[in-house]
Amino acid sequence: MTLHGSEIRPQDTPPPGSGDPAATEPIADQLPADLQDERLIASHGIGGAVAGFTARLRSGDLGSVPVVVGLIIIWAVFQIANGSFLSSRNLVNLTLQTTSVGVIALGIVLVLLLGEIDLSVGSVSGLSAAVLGVTFVNQGWPLVLSLLAGVVLGLVIGLFYGALYTRFGVPSFVITLAGLLGFLGLQLLVLGKEGSLNLPYDSALVGFATRSFLSPALAYGLVAVVIAAYVLTRLRASGARATAGLSAAPASVIAIKGGALAVVLLIPVIILNGDRGVSGMFLLFLALVVGTDLAIRRTRWGRSVVAVGGNVEAARRAGINVRMIYLSVFAACSTFAAVGGLLAAARLVAVNQSSGGTDTNLNAIAAAVIGGTSLFGGRGSAYSALLGALVIMSISNGLALLSLNSSVRYMVTAGVLLIAVTIDSLSRRSRQAHGRA
Amino acid sequence: MTVTPTSLDVGTGTVLTLRGISKRFGAVQALKNIELDVRAGEVLALVGDNGAGKSTLVKTIAGVYTADDGIMVFDGQEVRVGSPAEAQQLGIATVFQDLALCDNLDVVANLYLGRELRTGSLLDEVEMERSSWELLRQLSAKIPSVRIPVASLSGGQRQTVAIARSLLGQPKVVMLDEPTAALGVAQTAEVLNLVERLRERGLAVILISHNMADVMAVADRVAVLRLGRNNGVFTVSDTKTQDIIAAITGATDNAVSERAARRTRQEGSAS
Repeated sequence: MTLHGSEIRPQDTPPPGSGDPAATEPIADQLPADLQDERLIASHGIGGAVAGFTARLRSGDLGSVPVVVGLIIIWAVFQIANGSFLSSRNLVNLTLQTTSVGVIALGIVLVLLLGEIDLSVGSVSGLSAAVLGVTFVNQGWPLVLSLLAGVVLGLVIGLFYGALYTRFGVPSFVITLAGLLGFLGLQLLVLGKEGSLNLPYDSALVGFATRSFLSPALAYGLVAVVIAAYVLTRLRASGARATAGLSAAPASVIAIKGGALAVVLLIPVIILNGDRGVSGMFLLFLALVVGTDLAIRRTRWGRSVVAVGGNVEAARRAGINVRMIYLSVFAACSTFAAVGGLLAAARLVAVNQSSGGTDTNLNAIAAAVIGGTSLFGGRGSAYSALLGALVIMSISNGLALLSLNSSVRYMVTAGVLLIAVTIDSLSRRSRQAHGRA
Repeated sequence: MTVTPTSLDVGTGTVLTLRGISKRFGAVQALKNIELDVRAGEVLALVGDNGAGKSTLVKTIAGVYTADDGIMVFDGQEVRVGSPAEAQQLGIATVFQDLALCDNLDVVANLYLGRELRTGSLLDEVEMERSSWELLRQLSAKIPSVRIPVASLSGGQRQTVAIARSLLGQPKVVMLDEPTAALGVAQTAEVLNLVERLRERGLAVILISHNMADVMAVADRVAVLRLGRNNGVFTVSDTKTQDIIAAITGATDNAVSERAARRTRQEGSAS
């Protein structure tokens, strides 16, 4: 903290708008507006970008690094234990298994951003699947209408939670715990006596979930489009920053990041194309992840969600409609849960009493947390749903390959979850110590 | 200073005028017949002991409470402020003691929280960052980077961010509730510099403070509240700290002599 002038001097400050009196050094004026402060540690170019990244890691702002490292370790261990784990065929299976849990976890990321929780996502996903089964198979509704009924049901349940929370201030933990039981009961009621329905194998929904894969050409084309879009938006943003007199990422850094993205996208696509390819269902999940990420980071709604998760009172005073934010997030979470339930039903080609039951709930919540979304609110990313779901389903898939039963799977998953939450708590403490909380 | 209708058109440059403002909470008369004139380009310190009614008065002006009685004239027009949002729209910005910043968001996000700039439906981060720097430099604010979470800023810097945020709505009156409480020497000086820069921008500043040194250093006039009533308005340049402290504590609680003294002072300052 520097004090310019030892006394308060009312007369020697410049008239408004005349610029920064502290910037007396000639060099300072030539720097971008955001790099002029002499206390900033200068970092330029590629070396600077790397140095900034390591500094952020050291201060406890880990982002998705732990989960990526964890994923690499898990994959390496399973590959050593069973050579077919990283085969094209198994990885395609993995993408199919990941999707429904991942979509549900996306909703969990949103409620966790607010510092709330939804324990009922499993039941809601099962209920929406049951509604799909009964209306589509038993009642003979058109498929689109049945799907819509399932999704709208999720939306209504979420709005109900949100209303209970904002009107009566009931903790979300309790509301959704009641929902967990209540909607499980409703699911059993909807399914009736037999309790099990098979979806027609030739329906479009089952076809989408089990048989739709991108052709290799289309997959590579899509990768090219994504990379081009990424590099172009980065270049444009960089240009806009330069014109505004702010520091801009040099083209070399953007090129390296674009190259890294190309590697991250191309290698999996090449491997997946060795078997059936990139599934339509997984692509839908990726699109939802990217869309949610954009909504969280770049829209006023997302900014408001993060603000409410950080400090409700500050958000309220800033004029944010806090009630609407809670309503919309609970609604979005239950809707994602319903969509996840529909996808799971489509993949299993059946709806039964255990749809959305057993470990769906905890897998989805664990995925969001393992992916790096903080339980304390105000910190998280849509990509944590993708990464966390991959971790959870890799464990389940790998242990199944090793013919180990669910007893081991539960315990391993529990261990990974515990590690993830411990990392979250530790990095939170470190962030506070380094002033990045 | 009497409560007659003619006294409403007090000298030019008066932005905010309160006459006969009263507020009761149950059996407690928190404010009784408060009169206050706030002028553009002036720092008015509002002082008083605990329970004197400073916070109640600030909250009444800010629209958190509505007065039971009395009138408020803003910019020549009688107004009735029903909510904090209405006060902000009028041009009365308040920085409360707890600042209300989101620790997990960076400086830019906090400055523009609730009124983000957008291109289409996406946030315009570049323009927000550029104008954040412009605003902070106008205030000669010492913030190293606007892309770090507010949690990592010092107390004075956080105060600066909160004050800068209040300026984004182009207010005419800025109320600062204890801006230097819990700040170190250097940070206090920084915030006081900032208060002076607000005055230079032509804003009317109402500064609530317990710290007489700060008040004497930065204020042009000092309004004293005591037990919910006006207890004198002093011009800082020709008042001793002791006189103000006497008015705060009521040690010279002689209504007649006090009033006479106040009259002469006000006439002196008005000319």
